[in-house]
Amino acid sequence: MIGCSTGNSEPRLQLEYQINERDFLSAGESASKTKKALQQLGLKAEAVKNAAIIVYEAAMNVVIHATSGRLKVVIVPDEVVIIAEDVGPGIPDIELAMQEGYSTAPHEVREMGFGAGMGLPNIDRCSDKLTIKSELGVGTVLEARIHLGQKGSPA
Amino acid sequence: MLCGEHLLDREVKTGFACDLISEMLAFAGSGNLLITSLKNAHVIHTAEVMDAVGVIFVGGKNPNLAMMKEVDGSRIPLLATHYLMFKCCGLLFQHGILGAKRGSVQ
Repeated sequence: MIGCSTGNSEPRLQLEYQINERDFLSAGESASKTKKALQQLGLKAEAVKNAAIIVYEAAMNVVIHATSGRLKVVIVPDEVVIIAEDVGPGIPDIELAMQEGYSTAPHEVREMGFGAGMGLPNIDRCSDKLTIKSELGVGTVLEARIHLGQKGSPA
Repeated sequence: MLCGEHLLDREVKTGFACDLISEMLAFAGSGNLLITSLKNAHVIHTAEVMDAVGVIFVGGKNPNLAMMKEVDGSRIPLLATHYLMFKCCGLLFQHGILGAKRGSVQ
């Protein structure tokens, strides 16, 4: 599940997680594992935390809304790239979904403390660049990038 | 005290009370004591991601400790109180714990 190769000077790492519908704990686990792995690479605290939050929220979106999905975290020398790809209903109105407080999560999900309509806004806040492509009835691909040495990791 | 007794020498300056996971992730900076009435294991993952120094579960109902330990509660001290949220926060505030700064990273 975790592939790691260390170059001469720059760290490179790729993490992959399988996320399934209603598997809430897997979302948190993915975030914890990502955090530990990035800490071990010696990335700055803010970049690590932002990446962990993006992974948590993106995985949670898959858990709540999709049938299944894969989450990939790729660390290249100057960037952390997080890609969440799911098979699911898709997002009908991405602009609306980006608004804080807008949620389509069911009641039982909210009872657990999730589904407050903060997921995508949180991901946006933690990313330097966010792209979401969604097709109704097919699924959604989210790509979030954290630049290292800039917002994500002040030198 | 539920677990993490060996971590009780951590200094706590600020607290953050919240029952919504996304709000914990959105607003809390690092180094806060998390006070919540949620009882599930997700709180532990969230506390870990938000760099919380500890978690207090309010409202008297003990959380699922076995599940939490499995999630790795050992690195975050977990406490439970029968006080409800407001009283718990009030007491902490009275004893010098201040409100968390929004979104600050240490």
